[in-house]
Amino acid sequence: MPMRETLILVIGLTAVLTIANLIAGILSWRAPKPLSSALVNLNERINAWWVMVLAITVAMFLGRRAMTILFALISFAALREFVTLTHNRRSDHWVLLGMFGIIIPFQYWLVWTAWYGLFTIFIPVYCFLLMPAITALHGDTERFLERVSAQQWAVMISVYCVSHVPALLTLELPGFEGRNLLLIAFLIITVQGSDVLQYIFGKLFGRHLLSPAVSPSKTWEGLIGGLAAASLLGALLSFLTPFSPLQAAGVAFIACLMGFLGGLVASAIKRDQGVKDWGHLIEGHGGMMDRADSLVFAAPVFFHTVRYFWT
Amino acid sequence: MMKLHIRATTFTLLQTMTSVGLSALAWAVTGVRPIWSGSEPSDRQRIYFANHASHGDFILLSACLSEKQRARTHAVAAAEYWGKSRLRRFIAQDMLSSVLIHRQWTDEAQNPISIMLSVLDEGHSLILFPEGTRNMTDEALLPFRSGLYNLSMARPDVELIPCWIENMSRVLPKGQFVPVPLLCRVVFGAPVAIAPGEERRAFLDRARQTLLALNPRPPRHGAEKPVVRKTSRDQKSLEHRAGSDIRHGAPGDD
Repeated sequence: MPMRETLILVIGLTAVLTIANLIAGILSWRAPKPLSSALVNLNERINAWWVMVLAITVAMFLGRRAMTILFALISFAALREFVTLTHNRRSDHWVLLGMFGIIIPFQYWLVWTAWYGLFTIFIPVYCFLLMPAITALHGDTERFLERVSAQQWAVMISVYCVSHVPALLTLELPGFEGRNLLLIAFLIITVQGSDVLQYIFGKLFGRHLLSPAVSPSKTWEGLIGGLAAASLLGALLSFLTPFSPLQAAGVAFIACLMGFLGGLVASAIKRDQGVKDWGHLIEGHGGMMDRADSLVFAAPVFFHTVRYFWT
Repeated sequence: MMKLHIRATTFTLLQTMTSVGLSALAWAVTGVRPIWSGSEPSDRQRIYFANHASHGDFILLSACLSEKQRARTHAVAAAEYWGKSRLRRFIAQDMLSSVLIHRQWTDEAQNPISIMLSVLDEGHSLILFPEGTRNMTDEALLPFRSGLYNLSMARPDVELIPCWIENMSRVLPKGQFVPVPLLCRVVFGAPVAIAPGEERRAFLDRARQTLLALNPRPPRHGAEKPVVRKTSRDQKSLEHRAGSDIRHGAPGDD
């Protein structure tokens, strides 16, 4: 547990959230009462950020085991939201139970024991083949392909992809021993920071909608400004990582670009299913997947980038 | 002599523990949230009537009520099922404080309406599943049986609150005992009352339609309804239908 860097992070995040609270407080104070829903939402969001930062900080201090359990719980919440949205039938009961009761615990056990070989193929190979086989054995063929595909997507997105975040702790980076928790902090701060920065740049300068059919609020200005600022943030945070500042900016850029694509795909799924949010777990933000969609896409690519170039 | 059909007017320790424990479990598994869309939590005497597809239905519904309301709200359950063995009877009455009624009865002492009225006259509220059984068909809601009408005719002051229980049939389908964690909501609608001169069947159909209309996510495909593809243009009407839940929702950043 590298104390110096962790303390800098805690102080930095506390400062950023306090400033956010101050700005939101001044805006709320000057705004006509009752507050507009946008301002109420802004306050809720900032408060939820405090809780999320607290949860991850506590897990950082408790170490590898706590971090792995935290992300297993995040997978549980995300999978629950995903499966709730998709079509399934009574005969899918056992497959669904297996997703929660077997796939999540086993995948995170593989993370915990650092069994890389099985960790990377357990879901894409074994679950991919066995889940539809179980469904077929139940003999219910109605909308078979749709049900099976949705189940595959659910475990790939909410279990497989999410588990790459704690899997960062298993990487053996020469000269970086015992500091892997900081990689998780780097990934989460840049990717979630990029979401916030894209939102801010979009609100301030957004003119040209990027994909109006998928998302009414994503703009080119938000994307470009947000990615540039997040890459800069990555360079500033290079002291957390084995990367040079330039490398950190590049890695952050790739992660945040993937994060943006994750948000876009998640929006497309929500539009298709006719809902605005995945759930209601996080006050002001929506569900777990509303907050984690960018991390889901960024984590595996970040993991493999680091694994390929730095181990 | 009139037999008292609930064991006590307040919860026993066992009933309180069961009720708190089950509500916590319901939240952990389903993240259950009440959506008050047309009615508000209240101390008024009520009959909550809901769709029924799973044993978990009444647990979910009572998890949405305050502890105080839960202690005076009793689910009506079938004596044919819950009275079958001593264990089931213990679970239904001593733990869950349900009211057991016979769907098939000959003896006047078993008249379900008198039994339910006697509970109402104690000042308690009821949870009623007017379909009469767990719905295992592809229909969203079976036709209602007459109990709701008879109770409301006899006690017009008791509010009838329609409650749509979402997803519970997927969490715990009939014949299964291990629940799958899926998000559930219970939508509480505006009270329904018998209009002056309204016929039994007309009222029951209207009550059924009112309950159906509370479903925030009506089925898109499948046997019942023609499929209307949703595009972003339809988003507004969709959000409207989904009730206060989505309307008051945050302006998302996506």
